Amino acid sequence: MTVALSGKEIANQIVEKFPDSIVASSEKEIVVKSGSLLDVAAFLKDTPGLDFNYLNYITAVDYYDHFEVVYMLSSLEHNHSLVLKTRCYDRENPVLPSLVRLWQGADFQEREIYDLMGIRFEGHPNMKRIFLWEGFQGHPLRKDFM
Amino acid sequence: MALKTEPFVLNLGPVHPSTHGVFRMRATLDGEVVVDIEPIFGYLHRGVEKLAEQRTYTGIIPLTDRLDYISAMNNNFAYCLAVEKLAGIKVPERAEYIRVIMAELQRIAAFLIAVGAFLNDCGAYFTPFLYMFREREKIVDLFEMVSGQRLTYNYMRVGGVSQDLPEEFLPALRKFVDEMPRFIDEYDRLLMQNEILLARAKGVGILTKEQAINASASGPVLRASGVKWDIRKADPYSIYDRFEFDIPTGTVGDCYDRYRVRVEEMRQSLRIIKQAMAQIPSGPVRAEVPHLIRPPVGEAYARIESPKGELGFYLVSDNSIAPYRCHIRPPSLINLTALREMVRGWKVADLIIIFGSIDITVGEIDR
Repeated sequence: MTVALSGKEIANQIVEKFPDSIVASSEKEIVVKSGSLLDVAAFLKDTPGLDFNYLNYITAVDYYDHFEVVYMLSSLEHNHSLVLKTRCYDRENPVLPSLVRLWQGADFQEREIYDLMGIRFEGHPNMKRIFLWEGFQGHPLRKDFM
Repeated sequence: MALKTEPFVLNLGPVHPSTHGVFRMRATLDGEVVVDIEPIFGYLHRGVEKLAEQRTYTGIIPLTDRLDYISAMNNNFAYCLAVEKLAGIKVPERAEYIRVIMAELQRIAAFLIAVGAFLNDCGAYFTPFLYMFREREKIVDLFEMVSGQRLTYNYMRVGGVSQDLPEEFLPALRKFVDEMPRFIDEYDRLLMQNEILLARAKGVGILTKEQAINASASGPVLRASGVKWDIRKADPYSIYDRFEFDIPTGTVGDCYDRYRVRVEEMRQSLRIIKQAMAQIPSGPVRAEVPHLIRPPVGEAYARIESPKGELGFYLVSDNSIAPYRCHIRPPSLINLTALREMVRGWKVADLIIIFGSIDITVGEIDR
């Protein structure tokens, strides 16, 4: 059985290394500041004992006043998982750091989020629409898209 | 004086038999050697995730049929698990067994297509493919018995399945399970040591263990690279912890390993079906679920081992009759992430079989 690690305990480990990077943490998840996302993700991937070497999925949810981007990480070695979240409050030009340099599996998924939700990922090698054509107006998965 | 050359750009698809649907890639070639490729998606984009936000929880089930349309039962299964997790619904025992039987039958049917299409790409044009379809037909007949449909079954429901098995189902399934191993052996004898297949597939398109994990590959693609990772074992859902089966893995991660893993998976699925048939209890097949489901505010992610890999549904509920957000984790799309690295340096003919060995369904990629 995949063990869902406690977000609180891991948040404590993260705070020791990167103070002021956590917005909230609960048993189920950790919410980090978008500026610290890359540091925290690299920490989770490279820390022995955590070894989150597998990125299950990335998705984004539009809550009107902010976007929430959800990352699910796993370790195939230890068979445990963690949900990492970050929030984006800028509706006009939302930007997050890309995690492709850590997990190549983020490549198409970040492009998909850019295409359908309109969040740009800085540092992505090929940041362009994936399903819709170039020149399409708007981002359909946003709640205000009609 | 060196001859001046320039790269040649070859467009493959979107309408081409080797691209398994409407997938397109733009390949840059140096002579016959692939320098780079760029996959281009979106020709089958229907906006399923957006459509789901305007439908009731039950109304989404037919949409899931049309994702990976050659394994509709698995899609139903993953979606229903996600809603049940979100709403805290318990499924009756008999329904759990029926679901496992359907999911494993569907896996066999999907692997038959995967293997047949792969051999097609290798140049064994349509002879093995039709043999595979002959067997798949029997599974489709079984599905027709329970659901009345032959491709998009819409059979599972939140809290169980839509109807109980008809009387003639279990005897027909018994016959299928008894006959099928012999057919798999027959194909194995025909193909496993076939010199052309070995020459075309052995050592071609290698995906290393590290690459596979880093690129979030899942399913047979990940296992062929030597990673013993199957969600049915690693994170058992439904009642998979009650069955005995092995996880076939490859050693080098080439096209041949991916082909072998799929053939072995069929045998393991048959093992599971046999055990499920022996244990299946009688009783109700559907829990008491309200007509309009209103799960409490929250979110849930449920995943299954589909023929393509980790198929998951991430649902967010705002306590209304439709999900606030319904995200699908598409194994077909994510398995293609590593395609660029896999094909570089190989010839155009190898590009076709490397791509074929990943086994995709475009309905799931574009959604």
